[in-house]
Amino acid sequence: MPRGLEEPNSLGSNQNEVDRNVKIGILGEVYPGENRVALTPDSARQLGKLGHSCAIVSGAGLKAGISDAAYAEAGVTIYPDAQSLCANVDLVAKVRPPTLDEVKLFRKGQTLISFIYPAQNGELLEALKEQGVNTIAMDMVPRISRAQKMDALSSMANLAGYRAVIEAANNFGRFFTGQVTAAGKIPPAKVLVVGAGVAGLAAIGASVSLGAITYAFDVRPEVAEQIESMGAEFVFLEFEESQDGAATGGYAAPSSPEFREKQLAKFRELAPDMDIVITTALIPGRPAPVLWTKDMVEAMKPGSVIVDLAAERGGNCELTKPEERIVTDNGVIIIGYTDFPSRMAAQASQLYATNIRHFVADLTPGKDGVLVHNMEDDVIRSSTVTFEGGITYPPPPLKVQAIASAKKKEKPKELTPEEKRAQELEAFRKATKTQVSLLAIGTLLMLLVGYYAPPSFMAHFVVFMLSCFVGFQVIWNVSHSLHTPLMAVTNAVSGIIILGAVAQIGSSSWIVAILAAISVLIAAINIGGGFLVTRRMLAMFQKS
Amino acid sequence: MANLEQIFSHVSEPGIVTAAYISAAVLFILCLGGLSNQESAKRAVWYGIFGMILAVGAAVFTPGVGNHWLIGIMLAIGIVLGYIVAMRVQMTEMPQLVAALHSFVGLAAVFIGFNSHIELARLQDVFAFMHNPGTLLANPDRLMALEGQLENLSGFAAKLLAKSPLEIDILRVETFLGVFIGAVTFTGSVIAFGKLAGKVDGKAKKLPGGHALNAGAAIISLILLVVYLMTGSFWALFIMSLLAFFIGYHLIMGIGGADMPVVVSMLNSYSGWAAAAIGFSLGNDLLIVTGALVGSSGAILSYIMCKAMNRSFISVILGGFGNTTGPAMEIEGEQVAIDAEGVAALLNDASSIIIVPGYGMAVAQAQGAVSELTRKLRARGKEVRFAIHPVAGRLPGHMNVLLAEAKVPYDIVLEMDEINDDFPETDVVIVIGSNDIVNPAAQEDPNSPIAGMPVLEVWKAKHVIVSKRGQGTGYSGIENPLFYKENTRMLYGDAKDSINALLPLID
Repeated sequence: MPRGLEEPNSLGSNQNEVDRNVKIGILGEVYPGENRVALTPDSARQLGKLGHSCAIVSGAGLKAGISDAAYAEAGVTIYPDAQSLCANVDLVAKVRPPTLDEVKLFRKGQTLISFIYPAQNGELLEALKEQGVNTIAMDMVPRISRAQKMDALSSMANLAGYRAVIEAANNFGRFFTGQVTAAGKIPPAKVLVVGAGVAGLAAIGASVSLGAITYAFDVRPEVAEQIESMGAEFVFLEFEESQDGAATGGYAAPSSPEFREKQLAKFRELAPDMDIVITTALIPGRPAPVLWTKDMVEAMKPGSVIVDLAAERGGNCELTKPEERIVTDNGVIIIGYTDFPSRMAAQASQLYATNIRHFVADLTPGKDGVLVHNMEDDVIRSSTVTFEGGITYPPPPLKVQAIASAKKKEKPKELTPEEKRAQELEAFRKATKTQVSLLAIGTLLMLLVGYYAPPSFMAHFVVFMLSCFVGFQVIWNVSHSLHTPLMAVTNAVSGIIILGAVAQIGSSSWIVAILAAISVLIAAINIGGGFLVTRRMLAMFQKS
Repeated sequence: MANLEQIFSHVSEPGIVTAAYISAAVLFILCLGGLSNQESAKRAVWYGIFGMILAVGAAVFTPGVGNHWLIGIMLAIGIVLGYIVAMRVQMTEMPQLVAALHSFVGLAAVFIGFNSHIELARLQDVFAFMHNPGTLLANPDRLMALEGQLENLSGFAAKLLAKSPLEIDILRVETFLGVFIGAVTFTGSVIAFGKLAGKVDGKAKKLPGGHALNAGAAIISLILLVVYLMTGSFWALFIMSLLAFFIGYHLIMGIGGADMPVVVSMLNSYSGWAAAAIGFSLGNDLLIVTGALVGSSGAILSYIMCKAMNRSFISVILGGFGNTTGPAMEIEGEQVAIDAEGVAALLNDASSIIIVPGYGMAVAQAQGAVSELTRKLRARGKEVRFAIHPVAGRLPGHMNVLLAEAKVPYDIVLEMDEINDDFPETDVVIVIGSNDIVNPAAQEDPNSPIAGMPVLEVWKAKHVIVSKRGQGTGYSGIENPLFYKENTRMLYGDAKDSINALLPLID
């Protein structure tokens, strides 16, 4: 009887009182093996600055290495159990989705912040609604720039990616980095990271810094740049329709069967070479796609390690058993742990607590300890899954798109070889046509000239035309930087006109002789000056 | 009649002369072809020089050439004069020198054309006799006089004598054409020289009537050609020369300073065609070959220059800038000045630097200072390169020559196409005295007179320093939005002084 629990407790009606400090209570995690906690002493202090007082269940932080004393020092009230805590706080924060038993502890009008996974946990959602709890799902924080500071999925994925490499290294019997030692040569490990989201990129970073040769694959070609910037090699898949990840808020969308086939073929080709495979491929709101099939595992060398970060959602590898480490018959180790962040509880708690703190800061715009659940705010609206007795999941699409969709590149679309050949042929035909028609016109003109002109003229004309051609061929090869010397030298060479003057200078007519003499003089200036200045210029060109 | 036989033996040159001409032609081709790179170019010039010595030597000692003493004197004086000029000329004055030399070729072509006409006219009687011997045989005195004249004929005249009437007609066309092109080249080059040397105002100027005047003059010249063909009158030739002189003058006067690279290459081409036309009229294959080589060389250079400015050759010839199709784009922002200290700080922090020189660097004689700056920056381990736009300066390749003179190694001097993609990764670009070639309006403003002209995309660099004398516009008179961009800083003052002030601050 949830309602019965709520009735005697009149604290809920006080929520709207302005002067009251909202109490934020942190529940301990009951899920087996979960070590994280949603509050650190540091984040408690920060929340204090926003006007909130914090409370925690005794021993909640122990597994993350935080004692009650440490909390108390930061001004956090310690409650002995979850029940008393829930009765006294307005906002409950935790890490894992609450169990149905936990839900019964909440009361109407209370706010819950936690991971919820509303798509998979319909029953929980219903229970929360029944309980009248306003629920904020940390996994529903949209991927827009403003919300990055509260994006717990990313901060956890970052840890998971790093941890996946560490777990792989732990289970892998060899060095990551290649070495040549006195005791022999050690080849570097080859790591394949499938899915270059936050976790994938973190895994690439860790793997590269350990010295492994790292390859990465993603269905979104635009992340190739990010992959390469992390020092891995992008496994390129030739496929026409590539998806634009921006449209789906930076997550991958399901791909077409043809694409998937091609992708699997590529993996099959890579499998025997890879020592370590880390799969991180997730599609929001769907089971994990199977990308590493049984035959690929069988093709791998004994001692190889597969770390499946998607194990919680069924796994990218066909053989993955969630939360288990198994060894296949051919000696391949498959790690299906689902608690990578929890395995680094101290770090994970710090990051998660910070994400929670940022979210609470958004919920208290006045920094006065007053919660304002503003459903007009894009981030708050998207994250809220139950509100005032109703289920508000799924949220409406964002007003602002998460990532500006990539501009349709106007690059000419890749032509198929046939089209290309056809186009080339077309261009060739066109060029041939113009050339042939030009030649035809030229020939006609020549014939016309030849019909009237005497042979002596035609002989010279042939020489002239050929020289023009030679000139065109030769001059195109002249380097740009030598254009000035070229002008100077052609100047000198055109002084050849002196030959005409020399031929005429012997004339018995004095006027012809004088004009010819002047011509010889100025042409000689041209020759002397032109060649000399060219030499001067060329001598100056020096290589560094 | 025996005399005539004897004279005709002069007509065809001896084999040895022809052989020399062939060698010379090959050497000239090798000479131009050798300019494909800096190292082979040094050898290539010698090919040209030997080719010229061979050709002139063969021409002088061809039988029938007289007045050797006169040739010797004139050659000696000419070469000495050429030597003096070539030794004295500053590298920044190269454009003027090239233009001046073009004018000589043009003038020589005009003179030689006139000479051909005079010789032809003198032989009228002989032709009349040859084609109608009867009339003269009846007149012994006249015959005696003719024979005396034939004794004194030069080799050239003898050659003319061997021509048929149709060949004489063709000769007239060739001569006419040679004189026309030569005359245009002559006055055009003189004006180009004046503009480049600053002796004539660089702005585009046209007489009232504009291109109609040129067209009219050209049409009258065409009519005169017909008249000349029919009558062989000297006046037709002479008036045409005057008209051609006018065309050359008016054509180049109408072209603005920024288009000078095209003009100079165009005149270069003309001087070649003039030589080729003269070669036709003299029946000299070497002249034809060389003229064609030079002509096509100039034509290609003009084409390259026009392409670099995204303008058609016709539009350059028909007159400068200014035909905008709409209002120029509004420029927002203001020019922000910077001092030498600021520039030095930027340069000290930068790791890659590109210098874009323009005509302003040549005017300020700043190439030495720029070279020194380059040396210092390179010594600090910074990557320094030069980006040369094809029409930077007033002559094709002008900047390359200036930088080479200042001992900037040519392998860090790059063409536009080679370097344009590198600007986004560049820390600092220094623009020294160039304007239109770095004007983003060419890409951004479709109404700009230079719209579509390929430009150096300096504004994509992190910082742009523009060294400039003042706030005025460049030669073309177009506002440059680059100066107003956020990452642009203006370093006002004489380029040489600015760079020199910068030098001690680089550490």
